[in-house]
Amino acid sequence: MDADALSVEAADVRHHESTWRRLRRNWSVRLGGAVLAVLVVVALAAPWLGTVDPTLFDAGSRDLVPGRMGEITTLEGDTIPHRFIMGSDSFGRDIYSRVIYGARVSLSVGLLAALLALAFGVLAGLSAGYLRWVDGVLMRFMDGLMAIPAILIAIALVAMWRGSLPTVIVAIAIPEIPRVTRLVRSLVLSIREEPYVEAAVSLGTPTWKIMFKHILPNTMAPLIVQGTYIAASAILLEAILSFLGVGLPPDIPTWGNIMAEGRVQFNEYPHNVFFPGLFLAVTVLAVNILGDGLRDTLDPKMAKRV
Amino acid sequence: MSSVLEVRNLSVALPAGGDRRRAVENVSFGVERGEIVCLVGESGSGKSVIAQAMMGLLPQALPVAGGSILLEGEDVVKARPERLRELRATRMSMVFQEPMTALNPVMTCGRQIDEVLVQHTRLTAAERRAKILDIVHEVALPDPERIIASYPHQLSGGQRQRIVIAMALVLEPALLIADEPTTALDVTTQAQILRLIQELQARHGTGVLFITHDFGVVAEIAHRVAVLRLGEMVELGSKAEVLTRPQHFYTRMLIGAVPKIEPHGRPIDTSKPVVLATRGLSKVYSDRGWFARRREVRAASDVTLEIRRGQTLGIVGESGSGKSTVARCIVRLIDPTSGEIRLGGDEIAGKSRAALRPLRRKVQIVFQDPYRSLNPRRRVRDAIMEGPLNYGVPRAEARERAERLMELVRMDPGALGRYPHQFSGGQRQRICIARALAMEPELLIADEAVSALDVSVQAQVLALLEEIRERLDLAMLFITHDLRVAAQVCDYVAVMSQGQVVEQGPAAEVFSAPRHEYTRALFSAAPGRNFAFAKA
Repeated sequence: MDADALSVEAADVRHHESTWRRLRRNWSVRLGGAVLAVLVVVALAAPWLGTVDPTLFDAGSRDLVPGRMGEITTLEGDTIPHRFIMGSDSFGRDIYSRVIYGARVSLSVGLLAALLALAFGVLAGLSAGYLRWVDGVLMRFMDGLMAIPAILIAIALVAMWRGSLPTVIVAIAIPEIPRVTRLVRSLVLSIREEPYVEAAVSLGTPTWKIMFKHILPNTMAPLIVQGTYIAASAILLEAILSFLGVGLPPDIPTWGNIMAEGRVQFNEYPHNVFFPGLFLAVTVLAVNILGDGLRDTLDPKMAKRV
Repeated sequence: MSSVLEVRNLSVALPAGGDRRRAVENVSFGVERGEIVCLVGESGSGKSVIAQAMMGLLPQALPVAGGSILLEGEDVVKARPERLRELRATRMSMVFQEPMTALNPVMTCGRQIDEVLVQHTRLTAAERRAKILDIVHEVALPDPERIIASYPHQLSGGQRQRIVIAMALVLEPALLIADEPTTALDVTTQAQILRLIQELQARHGTGVLFITHDFGVVAEIAHRVAVLRLGEMVELGSKAEVLTRPQHFYTRMLIGAVPKIEPHGRPIDTSKPVVLATRGLSKVYSDRGWFARRREVRAASDVTLEIRRGQTLGIVGESGSGKSTVARCIVRLIDPTSGEIRLGGDEIAGKSRAALRPLRRKVQIVFQDPYRSLNPRRRVRDAIMEGPLNYGVPRAEARERAERLMELVRMDPGALGRYPHQFSGGQRQRICIARALAMEPELLIADEAVSALDVSVQAQVLALLEEIRERLDLAMLFITHDLRVAAQVCDYVAVMSQGQVVEQGPAAEVFSAPRHEYTRALFSAAPGRNFAFAKA
């Protein structure tokens, strides 16, 4: 009998279910992803969803309860009838339009702050983990940064730079960088001991190539998961900053400053706080559920349970 | 004799989408009182699944699909969880492969044995203590008082496995299931543990189901042997029958693949140029604490080796002997503390990383673990082409070289576009060999390169390495703990123990007349060395 024909070697190539297929089968990914997709579409299609310019106001339509008809004055001075689905605030602005446009701010803050924190955290973490001589200095700096509460750093930075969308995003991203750095560094420390990295060293592969082509791709799964959690906390932090009046200027509607304006009249007109608060809660929940689903499917340690 | 265990037509299902329908298909065998039955098979044969089924430890994804397991007449497949809990440790117990993970690191060994007694007996504290000291004494551990007060990490691997065995046997179960209990241990420790299991089993009349992949171990310990292949039992018989007159072709193939422990006896040509020579190579690890006393570990000291073109030098030793340290110093994955490494005409021990770069090409290494040696995120093509591209070989030429090498290692060049997870362990090891050869090295280091492979795959990879060495006239440094493998491939052998080369010389001499005491101990511990296996 031919030995080769019997061996395990002769067994055909294995078929693994692709990551994409596993992701699509996961209920958390489906649910979180679907809610977020709806929110993104809503934010992009804001002008066509029966909204008006969110900065428009009308003295005659102040403090309307949800569902009431009223009037709104355009920039040209024309007065048009408008149904205030979510009511109006004490300036006579349409809460519905402000909340929908506010979604644009929240989603872009979440996405961009996460990307920014990941980009810098990955660079710092790769260097600290692989180049031993930068490790000490860099990590002590990150430890120092971590010792200050995120919200205080963000408030200080926005106060220093004047509030605008880019500065708020940067201010929110910076306190997240140490956490990403730590995560990446710990992953790099274990991956650098893998035989395939040692094999690359003995193949004469330059250090930068080992860092970016061998190590970085293998840190992606936990990084994506971490990214979603950063996005969720960035959305919350932006709302907190705007609520405190240290975030974006009041002429840009965000869920945070809509709630801040509604705060004083909360007892009489709770809808001013309720609707932006609802959107905020649903968004953050959706991002976190998506993150949990990604963790379950992408993170090998979690995926091992049958 | 009465049956302790009777397995009848046992089938265990696999989840849908697996490579076969059943993990175990229609398996029947028995274990008599006082008998050792070895369950032998390669990875994926279902041998561990059978053990788990007996203990009621099967994962939910693998339900028993049919048949029965009678433990002294009682069907454990139908037993309720509470009943199973009563049976475990009292009527049947299990010894696992890795004693470190089988023991709880935060409990003393004594308390872990005590837990079994508290659970299953009504003995008083004093009686339990006496029983614990008794059993610890019986598994031949020195100073039982000290041992039962120790935590697992304070004991050696062999001592830990003795504790696990003590735990399993303290209530004198009728059946002991041992799932690869010596695979994680060094060969000399393995010999002691095997002897211990045999002694205890004979003294207490315990029935033992011994699971292993190693025919050497089977030859040492078995009364009867059952051979499994892909979940089906292909052969069952007495040790002598199965090992010397195997009926099934699969058993014949497996036994034929077990390397012989005699050296190959190829003539050695001493006129060839020296490729690698180390002189006084040492590696010392030291803690550089500011306040603490400096602690030094000499991983390798004063290692002097020489390999000529076309020859294979084997470094043989147990874990912690420093054999891998030597290999990693030669590849300069770690920096040697002192000594010389001459590669052809170049001294590389003291060279800086940058100065080393042009010389890296000359030495390539294949590692032990085929599952971690290839980057899971990169295609096979990129892995093999990486080295040549680093040294400025044009892309088209590197690609062409990769295709040629795939053919050389007996794989389909069409598989170059695939990812590592789509290959078996043996196939991956072939890819790693191709990756190393792509650099056109002068010295190939195989660091336990076949140790993680099943015996049949191992034989094929060994044959491949042999063929490559001959065809390319390569010098090879072959690091292994397995004397049989060393005997098959090595022209010269260096035996290492505790960082030092204790004996070195032509393989034929070392194997036929070992001079050093340690070498002799190593040889006499090799399982199945006195057994005449059937020829394939």
